[in-house]
Amino acid sequence: MEDTSKNLCKIDDNIYEVPLGYQPGMRVPGRVFVSAALRDMVEPGTVDQVANVATLPGIVKYSMAMPDAHLGYGFPIGGVAAFREEGGIISPGGVGFDINCGVRLLRSDLRAEAVQPRINTLIDALFQAIPSGLGATGRLHATDKQLTEAFVSGARWAVEEGYGFESDLTHCEESGGMAGADPDQVSLKARKRGRPQLGTLGSGNHFLEIQKVEEIYDPAVAQQFGLFQGQITVMIHCGSRGAGHQICTDHLDVLSRAVRKYNIDIPDKQLACAPLGSPEARHYFGGMVCAANYAWANRHIIAHWTREVFEKYFPGSRLDLVYDVAHNVAKIEEHNVDGKRERLYVHRKGATRAFGPSRDEVPAAYRSVGQPVIIPGSMGTSSYVLCGSDAALDLTFGSACHGAGRVMSRSQALKQFTGKNVKAALDKQGIVVKATSPGMLAEEAPQVYKPSGDVVDVVHNLGIATRVARLVPLGVSKG
Amino acid sequence: MIAFEYLEHTADVMFRAYGETAEEMLSNAASALFKAMVDPTTIVAQERWTVELEGDDLEDLAYKWLSEMIFLFETESAVFSTFSMRLVEDSRIKLYAEIGGERIDLSRHAFENEVKAVTRHKFGIKKNQIWCIQVVLDV
Repeated sequence: MEDTSKNLCKIDDNIYEVPLGYQPGMRVPGRVFVSAALRDMVEPGTVDQVANVATLPGIVKYSMAMPDAHLGYGFPIGGVAAFREEGGIISPGGVGFDINCGVRLLRSDLRAEAVQPRINTLIDALFQAIPSGLGATGRLHATDKQLTEAFVSGARWAVEEGYGFESDLTHCEESGGMAGADPDQVSLKARKRGRPQLGTLGSGNHFLEIQKVEEIYDPAVAQQFGLFQGQITVMIHCGSRGAGHQICTDHLDVLSRAVRKYNIDIPDKQLACAPLGSPEARHYFGGMVCAANYAWANRHIIAHWTREVFEKYFPGSRLDLVYDVAHNVAKIEEHNVDGKRERLYVHRKGATRAFGPSRDEVPAAYRSVGQPVIIPGSMGTSSYVLCGSDAALDLTFGSACHGAGRVMSRSQALKQFTGKNVKAALDKQGIVVKATSPGMLAEEAPQVYKPSGDVVDVVHNLGIATRVARLVPLGVSKG
Repeated sequence: MIAFEYLEHTADVMFRAYGETAEEMLSNAASALFKAMVDPTTIVAQERWTVELEGDDLEDLAYKWLSEMIFLFETESAVFSTFSMRLVEDSRIKLYAEIGGERIDLSRHAFENEVKAVTRHKFGIKKNQIWCIQVVLDV
């Protein structure tokens, strides 16, 4: 093993270890999956956060960080950790406030040549059709009863209401709705924030993008995913909006007390948690599932309105769901641990599930190859579709990165860029951007992120997920 | 004494807010939260809202106070620029505040960020000569 300046020990190409003893109380070592070049971009604070997670009770194997890892709160962004049902914990610090922030990819039967000349009109129409930005309220006007149904059944509720198709559900993680929702764990405040926002995109790094399939790396798998070169795709990135943020805030309060009640030592207050099996843990999980399901319903409804816009401008065209992945969530999954099958609570915060063909969770349509892993790029840069692999199960509990990962703080970004010059630079590249708050474009400038290709290379080279296609943006609608 | 200052954080917004009194510190923290989103000079305090909260201790109350600001920002579609309050301490600690602001008008309020939540990461209050609160916001 070779010591590095950052106390990261090289184990293998693209695998670095945070050794036991890096911080007091670590129960397992940390593993950071980065290339030598990306390693230098990992801030010391991120390594500390990996080590913090390693101190939590019941953690299995390693506290992990994906190649897009950067400083977060509680877990680092890109953090993955699994906890034993017996003696383990669940923590909102491993999920985040934007529960089930995730990405949905739709494939059209249109070629870029047909769409590109009308890209301005199309982005304008999508911007009108899909409420986004601060203070946006949905076109939906959901009743309280409908809101409860969205919490319990997710995208299935939306299909029953006439949005989208049954086939969307069979092409979505958890079929668009996780089991275990407990709407009693959603406060009135969370309902008040969530009700008007159902069917809204939000702001910040959330977006709806029209893309073109620029490059195919694996023609056989691409065909299985329904992707071809020159094809138009639509990517939707958003989450559970105010509902999820409030559910997390409310339960963090309860879990902060639980830490004292159960005598759990935590190195960061955001890692507040409760022992699995305790009422506090059950309640958080039930509330978290409600937010996750809300997010799937939200992306599903946004996809429906996207289809309506496409139908208007390209009558008879199709927009089928490739897949929809969550990248901020805790899941109950079975994994092999020391030769035994165990039920674990796998936390992925800014990390995507990347299951291979052996897993029952992979939709029937993709069982022969593995699940699509969707990695959005930063604004103006390429996004990638990868294919999950069984190799990931041993290495990362079947997890991959979730995006490019920030390298520059928002305040630095605001010093260096203005929304206006970011937009002008994208215009120059032929990418149309429409945003409710142009000021927010500055802090999402492509330069504030790591190059998404470098992050994807690590995932591919480790065999966690393999490259299938690269998508480039043509038009973006942002909050 | 400066009212508040922002510290470097890669993904989120981190700040420290100060005050001669706990009330002043909490008021400055709320100003820092809104300034992270929108230029406060564009906010006219033309409407008033009242806020009443209670907590186990000052830190618990401070977390609830800032979270309440986000709740009101979202559910009232409003931004705030004046915060006056009174703290009453017995077995628990209570806060009575009147806040001034106005409904969001995107033609005048140019947002640079949207604060999603107040995190508990590195959250803490210290009192030496003056009061100081440190906060990381999820944006």
